[in-house]
Amino acid sequence: MWYHKPVIKEELLQSLPNLKILASSGVGIDHLDLNLLSSYGVKLSNTPFVVSTDTADLGMALMLASSRRLVEGHQMAVSPDTEYFPANWLGAEVSGMTLGIVGMGTIGYKVAERAKAFEMKILYHNRNQRNKEEESAVGAIYCKKIDYLLQQSDFVLLSVVLTLQTQKLIGKRELELMKPTATLINISRGLVVDQDALVEALQNEVIKAAALDVTYPEPLPRDHPLLKLKNVIITPHIGSATKKTRRLMMENMMESIQAGLTGLPIPNEVL
Amino acid sequence: MSKKVQAIYLWWHKPVIDKELLQSLPNLKVIANSGVGMDHLDLKLVASFGVKMANAPCAVSSSRADTGMALLLASARRLVEGYHIAISSGIEYREANFLGVEVTGATLGIIGMGSIGYEIALRAKAFEMNILYHNRTQRKEHEEQAVCATYCKKIDNLLQQADFVMVVVSLTPQTHKLIGKRELELMKPTATLINISRGAVVDQEALVTALQTGVIRAAALDVTYLEPLPRDHKLLKLKNVIITPHLGIKTDKATYMITEEAVENILAALNGLPIPSEVLPS
Repeated sequence: MWYHKPVIKEELLQSLPNLKILASSGVGIDHLDLNLLSSYGVKLSNTPFVVSTDTADLGMALMLASSRRLVEGHQMAVSPDTEYFPANWLGAEVSGMTLGIVGMGTIGYKVAERAKAFEMKILYHNRNQRNKEEESAVGAIYCKKIDYLLQQSDFVLLSVVLTLQTQKLIGKRELELMKPTATLINISRGLVVDQDALVEALQNEVIKAAALDVTYPEPLPRDHPLLKLKNVIITPHIGSATKKTRRLMMENMMESIQAGLTGLPIPNEVL
Repeated sequence: MSKKVQAIYLWWHKPVIDKELLQSLPNLKVIANSGVGMDHLDLKLVASFGVKMANAPCAVSSSRADTGMALLLASARRLVEGYHIAISSGIEYREANFLGVEVTGATLGIIGMGSIGYEIALRAKAFEMNILYHNRTQRKEHEEQAVCATYCKKIDNLLQQADFVMVVVSLTPQTHKLIGKRELELMKPTATLINISRGAVVDQEALVTALQTGVIRAAALDVTYLEPLPRDHKLLKLKNVIITPHLGIKTDKATYMITEEAVENILAALNGLPIPSEVLPS
């Protein structure tokens, strides 16, 4: 399964009586009905760890690009109308600022490791607190209540799994808790954010900017307001889009498929 | 009016300091530069008028290092291209074909390991990058170890091994066109050149050719010669180039800190005290 295709519905499963294993690319499995699959005796695998560093790298790339106005800057640098670079054209600092990570799983933690080198102050919100060694290795402070993180952060980065609990985790209320100078970065799933509330927040300067590798749907309809906002960077879900990682994902998927077909324990099985 | 001027705060290389200006300001005591680069000033000329000079080195490093990392990441992951695909009003994009290159675990070659180069090494280490560096002098062992950087006495070694080549030198007669046809051809065809120093450090014509013929994969340039480039320059049309308008240290925080540094320098000069970041002609 690549990029959530083919779509797994009951008709498809009924038409494939000998289907043993479904290997899904990437780590997210929110597009699959796990109960449905197991009712047909089909095993499932994903590729959880191999995507972690690339996704964390992209999170950092989006934070830096947004804060330093890289995309806008490039447009100015190459535009046929540009005669000079205005001296008062400024971005915002990343080093030394406060990063709030919502979802401190493998990917969130790797973002923290990277952000620490930029001398960022790191807050995090997670279902469970990480242990002391893990926290002190990256200088991360646990926020049991997401509100505290939202109020203190200059950058809020979402790296949660999409579940029923995390759907629209960031809505009007959460956006209003954020600083008006803050930037929202989403590398998890589009549905984690209430997109309509986000559009409003960006239009009314409730928050400063957003950088999104994921939206709902993907791609957005071409007339969606998010595409027109100057303070938004959108990338086409390229979290794991590097040659090396895609190769590793394929290898992992092949391993899982081969194990599934020969009845051996399946690496990266999702239960 | 001109007799009253005792200090000049240079912002974005203006005003231009030439003989005429210096002659018209008999009581000028100090020129404080915003930023660290002094290549736009004739140091000997200024000193000959008995005017002191200072730059603002402290505030610059982390902002400049951030710019370097921002460009490295944006180029590697094809962020600007990706953005245009994501917002394009045309046909639906095909995600599966769009691939960048990995940053984590790749080899970064830093040319110029001054304070900015070192800050870049600190950041790159967190991305588990393998760090090589070339510098006029080797850094102390503990400094190297702190960022796990390996010294390359010959620039060739660095160029041949690096996936990302980051140029962070000051512009001097020795570093003028430091990266030319020869250096670009030593680089891997999968490598990316990032320049955050000065446009003149790179032979721009050679760079255009290298990018057009696949000698290197891509370039990300915060600086060019001239700025901005003429609107018909070939660099503006290449898909595998990101150009930014000398972001350097253009953040609210850095601007504030540079100005503070400059004011300190100016006040010290006017009071006859040692100037914190004096620059001498040499």
